[in-house]
Amino acid sequence: MAECHPVGFQWVMEAKARGAKVIHVDPRFTRTSALADVHVPLRAGSDIAFLGGIIHYVLEREKYFRDYVVAYSNAPVILREDFRDSEDLPGVFSGLDTGTRSYDNGSWQYEGAGMWAVSGERDDEDGPDEPDDGDTERADGGNSVKEAARGEAHGAGGADIGEGEPERDETLTHPRCVFQVLRRHYARYTPEMVEEVCGVPRDLFRQVCELVTENSGRERTTAFAYAVGWTQHTVGVQYIRAASVLQTLLGNIGRPGGGILALRGHASIQGSTDIPTLFNLLPGYIPMPHAHQNQDLEAYVRAESTRKGYWGNMRAYLVSLLKAYWGDAATAENDFCFDYLPRLTGSHSTYETTMVQLDGVCKGYFLVGENPAVGNANAKLMRLGMANLDWLVVRDFSLIESATWWRDGPEIETGELRTEDIRTEVFFMPAAAHTEKDGSFTNTQRLLQWHHQAVEPPGEARSELWFAYHLGRRIREKLAGSADEMDRPVLDLAWDYPVKGPLAEPDAEAVLAEINGRDAEGRPLSSYEQLKPDGSTSCGCWIYCGVRADGVNQAARRKPGREQDWVAAEWAWAWPANRRILYNRASADPEGRPWSARKALVWWDPDQGERGEWSGYDVPDFKKDKPPGYRPPEDASGPEALSGTDPFIMQADGKAWLYVPSGLTDGPLPVHYEPQDSPFRNRLYDQQRNPVRHLLPPHPDNRYQPSGDEPGAQVFPYVATTYRLTEHHTAGGMSRWQPYLAELQPEFFCEVSPELAAERGLAHTGWATIVSARGVIEARVLVTDRMTPLTVRGRRLHQVGLPYHWGPNGYSTGDAANELLHLSLDPNTHIQEAKAFTVDIRPGRRPRGPAALALVRAYRARAGIDEHTGTEP
Amino acid sequence: MSGREDPGHLLYGPQPDVAGAAGYPDAPPRVGFFTDTSVCIGCKACEVACKEWNAVPEDGLRLTGMSYDNTGGLGADTWRHVAFIEQRKPLGGQEPGVWHENAENAEDTDVFAAAARLGTDAAPGPGTTTPPPDRAPEGTPAGQISPVAPDGRTELRWLMSSDVCKHCTHAACLDVCPTGALFRTEFGTVVVQEDVCNGCGYCVPACPYGVIDQRRDDGRAWKCTLCYDRLGAGMEPACAKACPTDSIQFGPLAELRERAAARVARLHAAGVTDARLYGESPDDGVGGDGAFFLLLDEPEVYGLPPDPVVTTRDLPGMWRHAALAAVSLAALAVGGFVRRPR
Repeated sequence: MAECHPVGFQWVMEAKARGAKVIHVDPRFTRTSALADVHVPLRAGSDIAFLGGIIHYVLEREKYFRDYVVAYSNAPVILREDFRDSEDLPGVFSGLDTGTRSYDNGSWQYEGAGMWAVSGERDDEDGPDEPDDGDTERADGGNSVKEAARGEAHGAGGADIGEGEPERDETLTHPRCVFQVLRRHYARYTPEMVEEVCGVPRDLFRQVCELVTENSGRERTTAFAYAVGWTQHTVGVQYIRAASVLQTLLGNIGRPGGGILALRGHASIQGSTDIPTLFNLLPGYIPMPHAHQNQDLEAYVRAESTRKGYWGNMRAYLVSLLKAYWGDAATAENDFCFDYLPRLTGSHSTYETTMVQLDGVCKGYFLVGENPAVGNANAKLMRLGMANLDWLVVRDFSLIESATWWRDGPEIETGELRTEDIRTEVFFMPAAAHTEKDGSFTNTQRLLQWHHQAVEPPGEARSELWFAYHLGRRIREKLAGSADEMDRPVLDLAWDYPVKGPLAEPDAEAVLAEINGRDAEGRPLSSYEQLKPDGSTSCGCWIYCGVRADGVNQAARRKPGREQDWVAAEWAWAWPANRRILYNRASADPEGRPWSARKALVWWDPDQGERGEWSGYDVPDFKKDKPPGYRPPEDASGPEALSGTDPFIMQADGKAWLYVPSGLTDGPLPVHYEPQDSPFRNRLYDQQRNPVRHLLPPHPDNRYQPSGDEPGAQVFPYVATTYRLTEHHTAGGMSRWQPYLAELQPEFFCEVSPELAAERGLAHTGWATIVSARGVIEARVLVTDRMTPLTVRGRRLHQVGLPYHWGPNGYSTGDAANELLHLSLDPNTHIQEAKAFTVDIRPGRRPRGPAALALVRAYRARAGIDEHTGTEP
Repeated sequence: MSGREDPGHLLYGPQPDVAGAAGYPDAPPRVGFFTDTSVCIGCKACEVACKEWNAVPEDGLRLTGMSYDNTGGLGADTWRHVAFIEQRKPLGGQEPGVWHENAENAEDTDVFAAAARLGTDAAPGPGTTTPPPDRAPEGTPAGQISPVAPDGRTELRWLMSSDVCKHCTHAACLDVCPTGALFRTEFGTVVVQEDVCNGCGYCVPACPYGVIDQRRDDGRAWKCTLCYDRLGAGMEPACAKACPTDSIQFGPLAELRERAAARVARLHAAGVTDARLYGESPDDGVGGDGAFFLLLDEPEVYGLPPDPVVTTRDLPGMWRHAALAAVSLAALAVGGFVRRPR
């Protein structure tokens, strides 16, 4: 965190000054470790074994927060008889179809809670047969969950569960209740196992367990912070799930000082999932509709909304969004232009888009502030994909590698591509920096902070807003008068934003006003509870509703912390409804009293309002006048169906999920699987890798490596991990061209331990060549004690650290670490496994030109690699 | 004003009113930096903020191999410098991450035996030699990363510290400046006037810390101004403003000294007995620094002189000796003339 989020780390230092203990778990010793109380080096790719070990400790020593767990989690819920855990089967769950590499989650459901879950029309990709009633299809039990990044659609809450009340056992003793299933699932994640799998000594591990559990409970809370590297595994989502299980058991969610904090990689990556740049989401985590035949708004809403909880109001959120998009053209008669929305025909994630570029299907590409020729896994494949396009638009500050690969990329040097043969037309559009435009950043705390323009952008540089608005304006001008039905969605758009200044910059505040939403009279809304399903309100992103309450830009508020209480509610604005801590109803006990005075946040005040109200320091994340004793009538739906003790209001049952019956493609509980490329066999299960990990179609430049004791695995004996340095930013477009930053880390380097340096003859500040089955790169060598060999399964394991900022362009240059990476993705999010893979390292510089290709080929031959290697389910 | 009564104090010893001594009648309180290295996270924001604000040129791209320090040291084009020191030593309260010793299995303690068992068939490339077991790989900084030995690696700490011009109470650079380009400001800081400096370079060897330096292409001397322009506008210096963890604290020197003393006491109470202040004492060789530090090890570890003395301390004495010598010489000469035989 100090390494990649130094500004946010000030709060960790502040907590430390008040006595907080900081534990840092990382394969290498970083600037964070330097300030931590405990540093735990572990083998990259073994985190679920580590977290599972803590879960084991918590369960076996009864360190969980029992009252919280019983009342607020699904621990007491009883599972169906036909559910089989990874302990019963050889490391997989019931419902696995190895042929299609997918799970049927029918057997994962709660006992007594109807028959079906997520599916309905949601993921019916196999056939376009459209039942009249989604519910009948839910009951037939024939669907899979292998959905297009379905999991991401739950960014603001969980998936649906079946109808009816699931059976519960509040004593947590029923053998099929979630709690007991969890206990059996993690029974073998002992300290000895953690030591063997992760390379973390037992004493050190016990110390971590003690620190975490002693600092959790009624009086104390523990927070987890992770950087997005945690998501970059074939089991990335399950890494975060493992932390969620632990935090739920310890009662650390919805309470001050608790939670799981995702430290996002860019200034507004949170914002770009809230108002998404993702293929599978509409603003506010509304799922993008699929290309089901004849699906209308009604059928979509029926399939996508949950019966219980705030997703029950899906129709109001979606109709208001359609009104924001198409304004007066969206009417009840035309389903509010629901048919205008694009449709998914499957997964269209970044890497799948590259594959269809290679197939010649995808012909045009916009790169906006992204440098895949350096920053994406298997950078070579990214360039080859772009070389197959008709046109490519690159918007960035400088001529990044993604804009110049056709002229001077590595494939030109090796002779694989010739400039004169490349038919891609590349347009480079200089971009304005954040100081040159108005706008907002949304940080990991869901906090929208407004930034004001300081200067006009230089030369031809323009903001994204300018580019998108004027591009749309010009396209609409060209299409004007068209009678083609296909053009209606573009022509009917409400595309009228005021412009200002010498460059005709659209007014960002006007966009914010559209996002915030308006009522029928055009007055700004103040809460998403005001959104209507009948088209009388418009709102560009329901979770942002209220950011411009009373017509005031709430995100621009800057009242200093010292002038307000510790919640600091008047600094900027947090979605939803300016709540600083989500699910904060959980900070009070079932009766509505704070768990402890020390950790009081919100509570039920019977003397407020007419019949009592929730009050406290934060905005209560609960219906203000719903008393703790409220029990919903049987026919209630949506938010009304949540009882007074259901704090997790976005979940379909109002509970925190220790066990996930639906919404995940790869299992209801986190399981330790080895990374795609690993020097070890899975110590815990017969199943080596995540059986439903997302492998891309075979490609000669995307070969996987043998693992464990498979022949050839020893050709790549070292674990490698990629990461960022404080001095540079991601793929370097914002830092390698800046002399003041470039001079601080002037060259690409790899970090190795003195032991590995000795073993391979690597000289400090000399050169090393690093090879995988995908590529070869060279780096200067930093020999440092900060990299440490680990003992894993009785073997001495070395890890190689690779910062991934560099590429051949810019002021500070070097090879791109991502040349080494394969494309084996998390099945929920389609994110690459960049944080744990295997390589060989040898002294000296790499060969140039065609000889570099020959070297990689020789390694592949020596390891016996073909298109089947590493592709077993 | 004792300083004025005793000319020796102008160049040496405690001086509670530097601005007054320099002729400012109603000077604001003396300001400075307290750099608490125990909370430095090595982000180098101070280096960048300094360069951005003061338009200091880039200092060259060079991978030094000295941990993450590619700046090297203070100079004409580097007014803030973050040092990184990797040590086999526990930080106060910090627990060791790994134990390399394993008494039960002697073979495990030998990295080379372990390496042999790794079973790789890819030998190091041609023309390379593996260093012998008792020696560090070639080029490893001596004393920072110890030789490859199975028993040495028990604990690790990574010290970071942002260095800057000390704005000495008795600044030799200022004393020796023949043009008056270097002057004492009303805030008690020491600043070079770039339009007055003639590039004579006398100040460079005068600085006991090796801070001030001549810029290669223009010859003039440059160093930290403690953001004199920002101070005048009531703003704190750029580095202190940018520091995310308040490792660099700016304020009236008297207040900073109090804060620093309390911080050291707290660290000592927490078991960090290594914590000490550097440059804080008015009784030291430069009369105390305007920019002082809390260190976690000996100053030498951070590249700081252990006992800096203002290089002009003995100047009056030397002048007295010189004057005496001149007088004696003259007397001799006169005497010789008087007694000249005819």
